[in-house]
Formats: sequence, C-alpha cells, structure tokens
Amino acid sequence: MHTKTLAELSAALQAREFSSEALTGHYLERIGRLDPALNSFVTVTADEAMAAAAAADRRIAAGEAGPLTGIPIAHKDIFCTSGVRTSCGSRMLDNFVSPYDATVVARLKAAGVVMLGKTNMDEFAMGSSNETSFYGPVRNPWDTARVPGGSSGGSAAAVAARLAPGATGTDTGGSIRQPAALTGITGLKPTYGRVSRFGMIAFASSLDQAGTLTASAEDAALLLGAMAGFDDKDSTSVDREVPDYSLHLNDSIAGLRVGIPVEFFDEGLAGENRVRIEQALDVYRHLGCEIVEVSLPNLALSVPTYYVVAPAECSSNLSRFDGVRFGYRSEQSGDLFDMYSRSRGEGFGDEVKRRIMTGTYALSAGYYDAYYLKAQQARQLISADFKAAFEKVDVLMGPTTPTPAFEIGAKTADPITMYLNDIYTIGVNLAGLPGMSIPCGLVDGLPVGLQLMGPAFAESRLLQTAHAYQKETDWHRQLPAADFG
Amino acid sequence: MEWETVIGLEIHAQLNTSSKIFSAAATAYGAEPNTQACLVDLGYPGVLPVLNVETVRKAVKFGLAVGATISRRSVFARKNYFYPDLPKGYQISQYELPIVEGGEVEIVLEDGSRKRVGITRAHLEEDAGKSLHEDFHGMSGIDLNRAGTPLVEIVSEPDMRSAREAVAYMKTIHQLVRYLEICDGNMQEGSFRCDANVSVRPKGEHAFGTRAELKNLNSFRFIEKAINFEVERQIDIIESGGSVSQETRLYDPNKDETRPMRSKEEANDYRYFPDPDLLPVVLDDAFLEQIAIGLPELPAAKRQRFCAEYGLSEYDADVLTTSRELADYFERVVASSGGDPKLAANWVMGELSGALNKAGLDIGASRVSSAALADLLRRIADNTISGKIAKEVFEAMWEGEGAADDIIAARGLTQITDSSAIEQIIDEVMTRFPDQLGQFRDGKDKLFGFFVGQVMKATSGKANPAQVNELLRRKLAG
Repeated sequence: MHTKTLAELSAALQAREFSSEALTGHYLERIGRLDPALNSFVTVTADEAMAAAAAADRRIAAGEAGPLTGIPIAHKDIFCTSGVRTSCGSRMLDNFVSPYDATVVARLKAAGVVMLGKTNMDEFAMGSSNETSFYGPVRNPWDTARVPGGSSGGSAAAVAARLAPGATGTDTGGSIRQPAALTGITGLKPTYGRVSRFGMIAFASSLDQAGTLTASAEDAALLLGAMAGFDDKDSTSVDREVPDYSLHLNDSIAGLRVGIPVEFFDEGLAGENRVRIEQALDVYRHLGCEIVEVSLPNLALSVPTYYVVAPAECSSNLSRFDGVRFGYRSEQSGDLFDMYSRSRGEGFGDEVKRRIMTGTYALSAGYYDAYYLKAQQARQLISADFKAAFEKVDVLMGPTTPTPAFEIGAKTADPITMYLNDIYTIGVNLAGLPGMSIPCGLVDGLPVGLQLMGPAFAESRLLQTAHAYQKETDWHRQLPAADFG
Repeated sequence: MEWETVIGLEIHAQLNTSSKIFSAAATAYGAEPNTQACLVDLGYPGVLPVLNVETVRKAVKFGLAVGATISRRSVFARKNYFYPDLPKGYQISQYELPIVEGGEVEIVLEDGSRKRVGITRAHLEEDAGKSLHEDFHGMSGIDLNRAGTPLVEIVSEPDMRSAREAVAYMKTIHQLVRYLEICDGNMQEGSFRCDANVSVRPKGEHAFGTRAELKNLNSFRFIEKAINFEVERQIDIIESGGSVSQETRLYDPNKDETRPMRSKEEANDYRYFPDPDLLPVVLDDAFLEQIAIGLPELPAAKRQRFCAEYGLSEYDADVLTTSRELADYFERVVASSGGDPKLAANWVMGELSGALNKAGLDIGASRVSSAALADLLRRIADNTISGKIAKEVFEAMWEGEGAADDIIAARGLTQITDSSAIEQIIDEVMTRFPDQLGQFRDGKDKLFGFFVGQVMKATSGKANPAQVNELLRRKLAG
C-alpha cells in the first residue's frame, strides 16, 4: 500500500480496496519497524490514529467521505495538537501538551485525515540538517549517515521512507523545500498568508509559512486545498478564495515562460547537481516551455538579510518561553532572573541561543538602523527583483540546494557553511512567494531537487508545472532501499 | 534663585471595550484572578494577536476631539522586556508610527485663567497583568486578567509649570475621555492613571533640566503631592551643589515621598520593532468621517453654549458641564420645566448636588429625576409654592415620598395667593400686636420684618411672600 501516492490511496479508499484502519495500521507497523533507524517521529499517536481511522471508515461507508477522509499523515511537531505533546524539537517544550489545535491541524482533521504522530525537526525550526533537535538527529533514508535536511527533516524522512504518504511542514528559509530536495520528495511552500499560522509555533513571523511534504505534486494539491484559506485568528492570512488545486493539474504548460536566474548557477552549485537541473530543463523544453535567462541581482543579499530578520523576530518570539506558565523550568531556580536565565539556558539548545543572541544584538539601541532597518531595505530590493522577473516569465526554476545531502556532523562546527545551504531557498521567503522542490534525479545515489518559484498566489501554476514534469518522469516514484543501507 | 518647574504627563486611559485589544477575552474589572485570560493573553505557543477594531475607533475619537492628526497608517511594535506579568516577553504598543499625533487641550486653572497644553501623541497598546506580592509568603502571584486590556497612552508636551497645572490637565483629559465615552475614568480601578516627567530649571532658562519620571500616580491628589515633593527634592539637590539624575521614581503615598525604582524594575533597551504578527492599521476617509459625525459635543463647546444659550455665568457653565450626565440632566430640567435656566442651574448645583454629595451618588443614580425636579421648579414658577417651601418639598421627594404635586397636596403646602385671605390674616396679626403696630407707625421701620414673619408663621409659610410684603406695606401705613 505504501508505494502508492496519497492521491492513489485516496482513490483506493473511495473504491473500498482497503479500509483506512488497514492503511493506518500498515503505516503504524512501518513506523514501528523502520523509524528506529531514522528517528523521524518524536511522538506516534497510534491509539488516536486507529480510532480516527475507524471513524473515517464509518464516514466512507456512509458515503460522507471527502478525498482526504481516512488518509494518514504526520504533522511536524511545530503545529499545536490538542491533547498531544507539541515539543517543537526542544527540551523547552518537552513537557508541553497543547490545549488546542493549530488551524492547519483543525482543517485537515475536519477534512478527515488521520494523524499518525508528530515529526522530528530542528529545534524551533532553526537548522538546515535536523541536527539541532533535542530528540537527536533524523537520518536520511537514502543514506542514514547523512542528514535529511531541515528544519522539516522528520516530515521529509518519514515521507521519503513511506512511513506516511504525506506530512505537514513549515518553511521559513527553505525548511520544506531543502529537506524535500535532500530526501527525493515533493515539497511545497505556499505564498505568505495563504495558510494560517495560528497554532504554528512562531520562529520568524514575517517568513514562516506552512506547507506540504508529499510524494507528488498531485498529492500536494490535495493537502494544500484543505489547509489553505483565510483564518480570522491570523491577521496575516489573506482573505482570498482558495482555488481547486486538483482541478487544473493536467492543464497543458506549453508556452509557459520559464526564467532561469543566473545567480542560481554560481560556483557554489556542484557540477553533478547542475547537470541534473539542466536535464530537468530539457524536459520542460520538450513540454513546450520557453526557457529564458533572468537575473535577480540582489539575491546575494538574501542570506545576510535573512540572518538579521529571522533572528531578530525569533529573539522576540521566543521570549514567552520563560518557565513561568508552561514548558521547562529549571529546578535550580533562585530569584526571578535566575529562574529566567537557568530555565532558558537549560531549555534551549546552542543554535537557538545563537540566533536569540544574534537577533537581540540586531535590535539593540544603536544597532537597529545598521542591521534590522538595513535588512528590511535589502528585503525590499530582493522582492523588487522577483517582481521584475515575473513581469518577464511565468515561473522561475533553479536548484533547491547547492549539493545533495551532506553527512551528519559535517557542518555543525561552522554555522556559516550550514547557513549557506539555504542560499537558493531564502529569497522566496523574503519576498513572500510560493516555491516548490521536486525530485529531478540522483547524484551518487542521493536525490537532487529542482526548485520552482512563482508570483504570489500562483500555487496552482506551480502545481501544474510540477505535475507536468512528474507525468514525464518517475524520479518522484523512486524510493530509497528498503533497509535504508 | 527662582526656579521654574517643567512637567509633562503620560496618561494611560483604559478603553472601555467589552473585549481585549488582541483577543476575545472579557475586560470586566474584579473577576477572580486568571479567569479572564485566554490562550492569547497567556502568550501560549502558536497563538496570534488579532486587533479589536473598536479600540481603533476609540483612539480616533480621542484624536479628533483634541484636534490631532490621525495617522492614515499606524504600526504596532513590540516593546521587549522580561517580567512575569508580561506573558509574551513583549508588550504590543505603537512606537514610531502612533495612531494620533499632535493636538492640544485648554485647561482652566482655579483662578479662572486658561492655558493650552499640547499633546505630542496618543497610541494604542495592551496592558500587562498584575504581580501580587501580598498574600504569598516569599512568592509572587500573577493575575493575567488585565493582560491585553486596551489602553490609549496620551503623551503631553512639557507644557505644565506647576503641580496644579498638571492636575488641571489631568482633570481636563479625564473629563474628555468620559465625554467621549471611551474610558470609564475609574482611577481606583486603575482605568485612568499617569506617569509624570518632572524637571526644574532656573527661571528664564530655555534648556530643560534633567527629568525624573514619577510612576504610580493614580489620584489627582497624589499627582499634586508627588510633583510638589519631587520639585522640592530636585531644587534641594541643585541648590546644595548636586545634580539630578535621570531615573524612574515611584511615589509612595503612605510616606508622601518619591524613591528610585530598583534597577531591575527599569529595563534599559526595549528593542522596539514592528510586530510582524499584525498588519499596519490603515484608515480611510470614510472611517474617519463616520467617527467625526458621531462625536458628541465636547466640554469646551458645551460650556460656551451654556453661557450663550442659557445666559449662565462662566462659573455655572463650568460646573454644569463637569460631566456629560450632569449637563444633560440640567438641560432636561430646563426643557421640561419650560422655565428660567438660572433657576434650574441654581437647583441642580445647589439642592441636587448637595443631596448627591451627601449620599455619595453620581448624577446617574439621582433619587430625583430631571422630570421630577422640573415639576417642582414649575410649581415655583407658577407661584404654587415659594422657593423656601420648595426645599422642603425637594427633601421629601429625595426621601421617596412621591412627586412634587402629591407632596404639596398631601402636606397642604399650596401657597396662599388670595389677597383677601392674606389681608384677613394681616388684620388679625395687627390686632394681636397693637404695641408693635404703634411703634412701627411711630417710625420704627425695622418692625416690618417682624410683621412679615408673623404673617408667614400664621400661614405656615404658605403665603406668597411678595404679596405679603405688598399688602403689609399698604395696611401698616394705615
């Protein structure tokens, strides 16, 4: 069953080929057997999943089912789930059981999905390798000595290993697209404001966006349709109709103008990766697309800009974790400020502390203009570059990452090398635009991702474009070896 | 040396919305601790603020009332600091782009002189919770009911030159926010409170002295006392060769002194930045016009109209416009008594206010309605009763004995205006006091009052005083 895509599982459930209970049981069995080698789940909610599957089966039997009824999925542990621990990959929230559901969780629940559990992630979504998690690193199912990428590394590894047919993730600087690329699956980061952030533990509020990790674009269309839409609990969600993403998936993309930003093909891009991207572009030429070179001249500013804006916002967002009302509180506390510094000192990991300190510095009196304000200006320039490009082309394409998955521990000593892994993904977040990564081949047996970027609210166009490729190729159907050698 | 005091005030007025500024939790005062705090107020992981538009309307109302510029685009910012009663670790406020900029109010001082005080800005923000240090042995309790309560912070220019001016300004703003119905003005519950920036400089000097910020000023009396104490303290320091340090000081009403706050209570760098969870507040003409149309008549305009329309003195107009409720009451009395505004003013400011004060009631809780008082005043105007009898009737009305006419009838207080009846009584009195009559006629004019008194006594005060005077004068003359 697990070799089917989510869309195929949906059809099979509707056709009563098997029950949701059988399907859910199958995935739970796989998780139990295979996840010890991957560490992709932090919490498995087996009992709740089986109960939800039984309820889904009753709805299917009663003819009340929608396309997602009975489909098991996993949620990144950044989404609050009522009555279930929501750790955000941190010791700080190891004891935190959320009293409410995030809007994304509630909407998917209402659409009938079955939650298998909560997936591992970089602590508070800060990381590109899933090595900053309090629960230990996640391993890449294509090579367990390597990272799956991050921060949605648990969701990516789980879907790549088919421990779940789909999972939710969040993308602040590439946290869906980068792990999707490194694990050979399809990742979609929607336009900022397309999906509600309510109940998604904030890292950098102006950049965070929820999205999907699935085998295919067709699967992503199904999940996004259920997640997207205005939410009166999130002022930054946009009140705009949600199209039926599945409806136009098969529309022809002949004549589509594809822009190739020259800045994505710099010396940082590994040779073999470049070849895979160029081969993918050939497929699009074959599909009748017009490939043109474009430039995003300020793209080089995106990494430094991001590493001012995101830490600045996180330094404030993470202030609520003070040991007073929920989460970790140090046993050793003396007076109030001692309790703060011990609880935060012991509850947060190094990368989180590094970013809180960086951000605090960037917002400090005397530095605000030089860092935060300057970064906001650079952000405007980057947005303007994208806007100008989309006056000439319909979509942009390039690599998702400079290299395939690297080895665990390879970049932990030098945060800057780690940060540079996000060089191709960050621009889209700063501009608030939708982006996708789809698998486009292997380099030395490791997956490589093609990145698709579109103008605001062009998710439908991106999904069509990705789907057209996936009808021509089968990279998205290739699975890692069954024993994760 | 002669010193000049310079004062600027930051007033925090709690907006009287039913729900909080960024959540749907209730704002009612006095609930059990932590029963009016939802997940947003508690700063739970993942929750987001959503602006209560009603708070924007109220802030705009204030801005329009003081002639300020209403920002078409204002921005919420985060003020970052750690404190247990600040759940998110930051307060959502407005910093660089407040909703209201500029404006001014006119204050009236005790000697009747007037002065303009500039308003620098007014911005929206959320209140913090409360730390409770009593009742917890060696520990602190946290009540987050107040967290997220909407406030408008009104920052004045440093235009005040004495504690009395500061109090007059505070009272003017207090009156204004209540007129606008944007704040209940309850100072005991902390709905209206202020911080004062106080400095001194040699008279004639233009540069400001170093200021101290006084916190915790929650009554008009404390503001005056705290500022006066602080001014003395600063002058003493300078005159003895020292210099004032810029600091935050807490007023202690029990000791009547200000003292510096502990350094931990005073954060230094708030790291303000625009709150990415909230969109900028963008206002269009239609929104502002709709609010402008709904503005009530403001105290200054009402005062002027009362002088012009009712012929009242400035003092009377000032007193009667203290609150909208009192002014409305007065106008209803004038309208339904159809009579003399001056008579109505005297009664509202005299008997009625006296009775209210004595009972500790607001005008809204008056035991005598405006219609009932108007009925009484009509009976004075149509000579049914005299002003003196009216006071007796009013007391009975206050005690709940019924309407004016019922009391007059029940107690037989109707004035005697029948000349022949009064003449008959005068004749009887003259007969009863022949000695006094003789003395009067011999030129002892002062005895006229004696005869008036006897006639009034014989009629239990019910004889029309004017008629009694006139008839007596005629009859006594012989």
